[in-house]
Amino acid sequence: MKISQAFKLALRSIMGSKMRSFLTMLGMIIGVASVITLLGLVSGATNYILDTFSDLGTNTVSVNITNTDTRKVSVEDMYEFAEDNSELFQGVSPNVSSRYTVKNGNTSLTTSVIGVGEDYLELNNLEITSGRFIKYADIKNRYSACVIGTYVIEELFEGKVSLGDNVKINGQVYTIVGIQEEQAESEANSKDDIIYIPYSNAARLAGSSDISNFTFATLDPDSVTIAEDLLDDYLYGIMKNEELYRVTSMTELLEMINTMTTLMSSLLGGIAGISLLVAGIGIMNIMLVSVVERTKEIGIRKSLGAKKKDIMSQFVIEATAISTLGGIIGIIVGSIATNLLGNAFGIEAAPTMNAILLAFGVSAGIGIGFGYMPASKAAKLNPIDALRSE
Amino acid sequence: MLYDQVEENTAVPLIQLIDIYKIYQMGSTEVRANDGINLKIMEGEFVAIVGKSGSGKSTIMNIIGALDVPTTGQYILKGQDVSKMKDDALAEVRNKTIGFIFQQYNLLMKQNLLENVELPLLYAGINKKHRKQIAMEALKKLGIEDKWKNYPNQLSGGQQQRGAVARALAGNPSLILADEPTGALDSKTSRELLDFLKKLNEEGNTIVLITHDRTVAEEANRIVTLRDGKIISDDIVNVDREKVFV
Repeated sequence: MKISQAFKLALRSIMGSKMRSFLTMLGMIIGVASVITLLGLVSGATNYILDTFSDLGTNTVSVNITNTDTRKVSVEDMYEFAEDNSELFQGVSPNVSSRYTVKNGNTSLTTSVIGVGEDYLELNNLEITSGRFIKYADIKNRYSACVIGTYVIEELFEGKVSLGDNVKINGQVYTIVGIQEEQAESEANSKDDIIYIPYSNAARLAGSSDISNFTFATLDPDSVTIAEDLLDDYLYGIMKNEELYRVTSMTELLEMINTMTTLMSSLLGGIAGISLLVAGIGIMNIMLVSVVERTKEIGIRKSLGAKKKDIMSQFVIEATAISTLGGIIGIIVGSIATNLLGNAFGIEAAPTMNAILLAFGVSAGIGIGFGYMPASKAAKLNPIDALRSE
Repeated sequence: MLYDQVEENTAVPLIQLIDIYKIYQMGSTEVRANDGINLKIMEGEFVAIVGKSGSGKSTIMNIIGALDVPTTGQYILKGQDVSKMKDDALAEVRNKTIGFIFQQYNLLMKQNLLENVELPLLYAGINKKHRKQIAMEALKKLGIEDKWKNYPNQLSGGQQQRGAVARALAGNPSLILADEPTGALDSKTSRELLDFLKKLNEEGNTIVLITHDRTVAEEANRIVTLRDGKIISDDIVNVDREKVFV
């Protein structure tokens, strides 16, 4: 007997008792749907986290000179270093950040004020909507220019600001020369809650002439590790003590997040997988009942020349058809649930291809695995006893 | 006339049972369902095997039908030794050589008449188009080709039994084995069925009929009577033996 015939037979048997087949499938549907939903949501959440962090720059390496008492690295050294390794680095910007009270007339606000170099905008993939960014001339001449974020505009200027307006930063008057494009819906403590000024001014505001933080950007996010090593070597050459400086990047953090979310996926997937196992046992149970109920049919088929493998394949295929059908319905239900829950949680979650393939494979495998025992029981029935049963 | 007296025939028999014993162990007692049976059936014969319940007729029918194998002894069917065969080989023999007609018709309730008749052909690996053609021919022979779409529960007992006969014929078997075929039929349909079996025999089919009913057995050309697992008589009846053995 051909497989296609066995399939037809299986489908007919399933359709012959719809309610029972559906209830048997239900376990598989729930199992598969939960595997797909959980894995989809975890993957959506992971992407959300990774996106958030990659906004912070996956191609940037931060250098922090923690102690400048004995040895120093000058801004010029850093620029020169980036220049010398231009095949690796896109550029570098000093980075002097503090929080200050800023004022417009009587309105005041505490915000991040970051002293930057002229390349900072480009290195961090930021945009300005009007005006210009901090220029080299501003830095050199310690010109009191600033570029402000949209949150600051909302809070200090009630949303209305023109280039050339003044703002007081820690008591000193700065002229607004540019406006940064909105980054994060103008929320407090976001990247819109910010003011950029020349790093030379920032250093003076901080009361120190030393610049101790630098942000390097590599051309390729994959070469971040190489860049870190290179910077490490270079700084060790100057500082002679690795306690005195720190070189960090997002890569390590991202790797940690990846490890954690993979662990979470396996954990949740494993829990959902248990429900697949339970569903498989349900199928095995119903197939055993079915074999007993159909003993007479098996006897008739055997008397007409059905061999063991014919009866075997009939039952295995029936079990497989039930479980894969349940699997397919489960994939559909799971996909819908993933999208709905994703929307509810505010993350972009979609069923992952891996989860779908895994769920489908497992459900088909369970059908074969758990259908085998009842099927071999059916195949081994003695035709005489089977014919005699009612 | 006793069967032994006509045995100058040297042709190879279709069925040859040699010293068949079927012994069951019931607790500590041994039950000899078949207690040394020797029987030859030639091609073209119509043999009735009769006996009361417990005479061993069901056991011998299972052995002849390749549904079971004897404890000891040899069963040669169409030149093949069936007595030592394993399950799948027996299935093959049943499929290719034997057509069963059961008392309870034994049609599959969830398949229509045509599909039921196609079953032995399905297991013989015959393709769909051929299957349908052969099965329809068999149904036509029984005069129920217009019922091919019906499910067994939509048919009368007589029609169901005709369906079962059509199924037995579909595989063009060497032997038709009928187990109490009239047991569930009224007298009129019984008569029709027996006439049909006779007709089949006249067309050259070998028929073995198992029954407890002597009047049914009388329809055959030869009656083998069993008691306590042994053959107690083997008679030629309806002495039209010229026709049978020429």
